[in-house]
Amino acid sequence: MGAIADFLGGPDVVIAIVKVVVAFAALLVATLLTIWFERKVIADMQARIGPNRWGPFGVLQTVADGIKLFFKEDVRPRYADRWTYGLAPVMAAVPSFLAFAVIPFGDHVTVGGERVDFIVSDLNIGVLFFLAAGSIGVYGVVLAGWASGSKYPLLGGIRSSAQLISYEIALGLSLVPIVLVTNSLSTVDIVAAQAGSVGNVDLFDGTFLQGVSELFEVIPNWYIWSQWPAFLLFMIAGIAETNRAPFDLPEAETELIAGFHTEYSGIRFALFFLGEYIHVVVISAMAVTLFFGGWNGPIVDEFLPWIWPVGWFLVKTIAFVYLFIWLRATLPRLRYDRLMWLGWKRLIPASLLWIMVTAVVNVNPEGVDEQTLRSIRLAVFGALFLLVLFVVAKGDPRLKQVVTPERPRSRRAQKQGVKSGSS
Amino acid sequence: MSLPAYLPILFLLVLSTLFAVASIWVSSKLGPRKWTVAKLQPYESGIVPEEGVAENERFPVKFYLVAMLFIIFDIETVFLYPWAVAYEELALFGLIEMGVFVGLLVAVYVYVWKRGGLEWAE
Amino acid sequence: MADTYLQVIFWAFFALMAIAGIRVVTTRNVIHAALYLVATLLGAASMYVLLYAEFVAWVQVLVYVGAVVVLMLFGLMLTRAPIGSANFDNNQRLVGAVCAGLLFAVTSFIMVGAFEGQEIDFTGTEGTKVQSIGEAIFSIYVLPFEIVSVLLLAALVGAVVISRRDEGRVDS
Repeated sequence: MGAIADFLGGPDVVIAIVKVVVAFAALLVATLLTIWFERKVIADMQARIGPNRWGPFGVLQTVADGIKLFFKEDVRPRYADRWTYGLAPVMAAVPSFLAFAVIPFGDHVTVGGERVDFIVSDLNIGVLFFLAAGSIGVYGVVLAGWASGSKYPLLGGIRSSAQLISYEIALGLSLVPIVLVTNSLSTVDIVAAQAGSVGNVDLFDGTFLQGVSELFEVIPNWYIWSQWPAFLLFMIAGIAETNRAPFDLPEAETELIAGFHTEYSGIRFALFFLGEYIHVVVISAMAVTLFFGGWNGPIVDEFLPWIWPVGWFLVKTIAFVYLFIWLRATLPRLRYDRLMWLGWKRLIPASLLWIMVTAVVNVNPEGVDEQTLRSIRLAVFGALFLLVLFVVAKGDPRLKQVVTPERPRSRRAQKQGVKSGSS
Repeated sequence: MSLPAYLPILFLLVLSTLFAVASIWVSSKLGPRKWTVAKLQPYESGIVPEEGVAENERFPVKFYLVAMLFIIFDIETVFLYPWAVAYEELALFGLIEMGVFVGLLVAVYVYVWKRGGLEWAE
Repeated sequence: MADTYLQVIFWAFFALMAIAGIRVVTTRNVIHAALYLVATLLGAASMYVLLYAEFVAWVQVLVYVGAVVVLMLFGLMLTRAPIGSANFDNNQRLVGAVCAGLLFAVTSFIMVGAFEGQEIDFTGTEGTKVQSIGEAIFSIYVLPFEIVSVLLLAALVGAVVISRRDEGRVDS
């Protein structure tokens, strides 16, 4: 073992290889399970059975589908640009894998005197890396659209890359408040800042509300309490970035056939699919990391102390994956101009405003004990912020007019009705 | 500890790229290959694709404007990150600086909005 | 031992950058040229990482790869979208080569003049921290920073004027 380690360049390299292989395999398994989970949950919500043939509860269905896709014909359309056509699915899948590298999925474990952290790589600029990896993902879409040499993919490709870049801004801006309160871009620091409970808040000490003060000792110190406007913005932008419902316009089958991947089949299509589902897992894991305390959890037992944080992380992430699926089963798809309206006219100003609010609240760092009070102040401001959003940022009033349905008596009356309605 | 931290990133990049390329390659060996003229036609829901139509099509220039707006807000985001990291040191001075910066951009943003640059439904 | 690995990685990325850079100007397909430009820019980002400037590296990816080249692709597709392989060549290659050569000479001259003889010791360094970059921008370089926002303003107003000119109606 030691000889191999030396040959490869020290224990660091061995640890790196093991971590990467484990994370990669875990992501593949997570994708298989997520697809199965989605099919089962949506089937349940639509009162169907869902996959139930392969393995217990049909859990091996995705594996069977994957194997089938390997044996499908590798078709490349006549007008396709050969190399770009092949490159696009790779460009769609790889950045999703990379983005997972900065997500801490557990605490650490000591193996043979070497400390192994449960993160592929703790970069100092983790949050920025996450964004940069996401921004490369646009290429998969735009190249697939162009390289197919077909009309619908081209339209879909341009349209969905415009969507992706629009929501990327909102995604980037929604993370700034978290960096502002943590003063670090490292995801490990962000998780560490959320350890423990909210702590001793002496707001109500000595009054009859003493019990409220004690309550704060139990509530975990997650950023969701004070930063939930940022969380809302992050989730909306994150769902749009994954091209999932209700933002799944790229694959609007009714208008674009299948958007940018119309001409893709077999394993190449599977790679787009893989990229999308890994992205879902990564956005869920990032939401957990930034707003829900990452791997921090209420119980860490003496028995296998390293497995508990991993368990907490998994439980929280699965909850978010469920949210993604639930949204898909519930919400209809947005129209394209409404999508751009939401991104440009609502999310971006809202996130800029929230950054400035967070900055103003945190402007005077008198001491560490101020931290909790500041969080409370932020939470109050957050409530006000949402109120403002509901009052000011409500949708197009023209669409909310109440109309009473009329039964036209004759063609003539119908025509007149239309005329008076439009004037 | 900057460079060793990038070693796993490099490995992950190589591994995932290899995986993607290898699965395309394996599939091309395993699957049948009986290409026909019909199979290789661009898919347009059964309608026979017309040659030369696509070449005259142009996209609305709005997409270009979106990309331009994107660059500008992207650069703004990039400035916001080091500001946020150093905010504890900068305190009030940093707040004013960023207030001016964001204020100017908001002015542009309002201008674009008023000029109809953010409208999609015509 | 680690040094040898670094050398290998450096030269691998260098080769990638060089080949991609040459392909940018030699390929006949403009979309391919843009893609080779992406490869060159990613290579530059990896150089920044090797120089312990990770913030600059990922900003390079985020802004240049994620935004600037996407804008270029949009521009190309808006004009010659479905063709791509159209013949964009013309007989100004010599002028182009001379301009590029001059640009290279001038920047190299300035760089060598500014940093000649300086050596950076990378052993045991932690690299440039984002916090120190932030403090530098927002205390020493305040004025350039605020001027950047004016520059962005000008760019955006220009983009709006160009793209909305032929719409006929100014306000809606």
